[in-house]
Amino acid sequence: MSTNKRLVSPIANKSEEEFALDRLVITTKADSFLEWAKRWGQSNSLWPFPFGTACCAIEYMAVVGPKYDASRFGAEVVRFSPRQSDLMIVAGTISEKQAPVLKRIYDQMADPKWVVAMGACASSGGFYRAYHVVQGISRDIPVDVYIPGCPPTPEAVLQGIMQIQDRIKNGVSAYNDSTAAIEAKKEKAAQLATTEN
Amino acid sequence: MQELSQFGKDLESNFAKNSYSYKFENHVIFTDTKELLTVMAKLKDEFGFNMLLDVCGVDNLKRPASEWTHGKRFESVYHLLNMEKNERIRVRVPVDVEGGEIVPSVMSFWRGADWFEREAWDMFGISYLGRKKERLLTHHEFVGHALRKDYRSDHNQPLSESIEINFDADPSITPEQAALREWINIGPSHPATHGTLRIMAEIEGEVIKRSKLEIGYLHRCFEKMCETHLYNQVIPYTDRLNYCSSPMNNIGWCKAIEDMMGIEIPDRAKALRMVLAEISRVIDHLVCIGAGAVDLGALTSFWFCFELRERVYELFEKLCGARLTVSLTRVGGMAQELPVGWVTDCLEVVKHIEKGVAEVDRLLTKNKIYVDRTRVCPISASQAIEWGYTGPCLRAAGVNYDIRKANPYYFYKDVEFEVPVGQNGDNYDRYLVRMEEMRQSLRIINQVLGNLPSGPYQSLDKRVCIPPKKEVYTNIEGLMNHFMLIMKGVRPPVGEIYSATEAANGELGFYVISDGGPNPYRVKVRPPCFAIYQSFSEVVQNHMISDAIAELGAMNIIAGELDR
Repeated sequence: MSTNKRLVSPIANKSEEEFALDRLVITTKADSFLEWAKRWGQSNSLWPFPFGTACCAIEYMAVVGPKYDASRFGAEVVRFSPRQSDLMIVAGTISEKQAPVLKRIYDQMADPKWVVAMGACASSGGFYRAYHVVQGISRDIPVDVYIPGCPPTPEAVLQGIMQIQDRIKNGVSAYNDSTAAIEAKKEKAAQLATTEN
Repeated sequence: MQELSQFGKDLESNFAKNSYSYKFENHVIFTDTKELLTVMAKLKDEFGFNMLLDVCGVDNLKRPASEWTHGKRFESVYHLLNMEKNERIRVRVPVDVEGGEIVPSVMSFWRGADWFEREAWDMFGISYLGRKKERLLTHHEFVGHALRKDYRSDHNQPLSESIEINFDADPSITPEQAALREWINIGPSHPATHGTLRIMAEIEGEVIKRSKLEIGYLHRCFEKMCETHLYNQVIPYTDRLNYCSSPMNNIGWCKAIEDMMGIEIPDRAKALRMVLAEISRVIDHLVCIGAGAVDLGALTSFWFCFELRERVYELFEKLCGARLTVSLTRVGGMAQELPVGWVTDCLEVVKHIEKGVAEVDRLLTKNKIYVDRTRVCPISASQAIEWGYTGPCLRAAGVNYDIRKANPYYFYKDVEFEVPVGQNGDNYDRYLVRMEEMRQSLRIINQVLGNLPSGPYQSLDKRVCIPPKKEVYTNIEGLMNHFMLIMKGVRPPVGEIYSATEAANGELGFYVISDGGPNPYRVKVRPPCFAIYQSFSEVVQNHMISDAIAELGAMNIIAGELDR
């Protein structure tokens, strides 16, 4: 991701000169400005839920640890309650036994939410083509960013977090496109319709 | 047979009718289900085999039927240890599972047989008398027995819903008391359970009255994967057993195969393996102490410990490019030569860690909160042996048993180090033992690196190691050798071995059966924390929940090797 691209304001795709002007004078509608501010805030204060199961969890510790220090990206407030977090980092192999737990915890997370599949096992089952290993968590939950590696280096994880930040700034999330979210929206609309009637 | 000791002769004269043999430093006895308990009683009481290391099943389906013992398809295999004389014995019991034969349970001799027998039922369908047929590693909706040879390795069975928390009524309490009890579920996704352990507890106030453990949330089918891969391809899988100290698992695996093939690795490879083993022991203990302290609310020591770990990661990175899962060994030696300057770097890191350990020591050892919180859940030496404890947890209970001293492999007999032993067997003693072990490990590394032998890093044995490129390009023999090793892989002779090394958590045993083919026929890992963790329910009974969490950290349960 080039730095230029990230500088462009999500309000409108403007050139860099125009954007520089924007920083002096704000000419926008209130709601789209609020939307921009919300996304900016969200992307820089991610509260990750580490769904750590295996080796990748140890490497995730290194990411939060003193050397790599995820707090430089505003993603260090590790929460172990799904209710308090907006980024799920699935670090490690998900077995068939674990899959319902993963799904349940994902459902417990409040919208908006993003998911990172850290490492080969979470992404695709890795080299465990085995009877008790889920061949990629995308079978059960929508995934935003896949980080390759077994386990990925902390640098790769940090890049994954930056990718998530980009997605947030652009208003993209796998959850929004997932069938569950669409159904939830439909249900809400239906409810509104019935209350209006 | 000539190296057989008096002990072996006694065994032979006693168990000749059950077909006795001696191979790879292991005594082997065949017996049948009817005589099993008599044999076990005799072994335990007369011959002093006081520790049950492992119980596992074997499926003979793919072996020629003529080799089936007594014409039966399955076997239940026991490994026992006599700690005093350092003798190991394997008891093999053929079982006719299809004919409804039931194996008597050895739970009455060793409490530690509990989960091992459950696992044998889960994986092979071997029934043990008086034991409930409960799944252990696979989920409760699983159909079939996964390690049987006719179960496809990639046949997934999705689970619809997790098992619900449930306790039977406790007959020993009054209805009033029962009304005070509550059920609480901890895990599998809970920060204190380190990821994948699940504890279902019945509590009264904050005191745990009964608890049940659910494991298998990280069952990655290691043993089935071994059966479908070549011997050298198994090495990356062993990395992920105890992922806090992967080189030790590599070493354990390669040592087992080398012993089986009778390969003596070069001195340099031995020394390098010792350095790697000891440095990974240090980083394993660092994670255990650091993460255990986090569970008690002491976050600072965790950062200290992890900074030290990072230093070691850098060493590994220089050595092979990977940080955590290194796959540094090969059957027959090491994967590659040390890069230039590595020894100096390593010595520097050792110095740094020495300082760091002293800092952690200042943070925790006399910290009143830490001491008070860890002086809980003691276990006596006899109980520890009965459950099958090994490693720091056993030594903290006061048993001086370390394979590096009892049966020194590589150069452990030539280096000076001491084995710390605790008194009370509580969490604080475990912490002290681990701290001292780290210092001793650093001492070993200094000695070995100071006298690092030169020479090749791989054995020149043609059965395991590819010849130098010059040979491959210039003479036909080298070319053929290269071709055969690449195409057909390492092929140990028909036979079986149980080989144990002292890993960070205790005895890491590999029971490998070879049928002469390119893949192992059957592999059973004896993971140290599997035996330790099964005692958890009993150890934490009538203790506070917060103490149970401390206990979990001190036992150092690593899900990768627990569930495999």
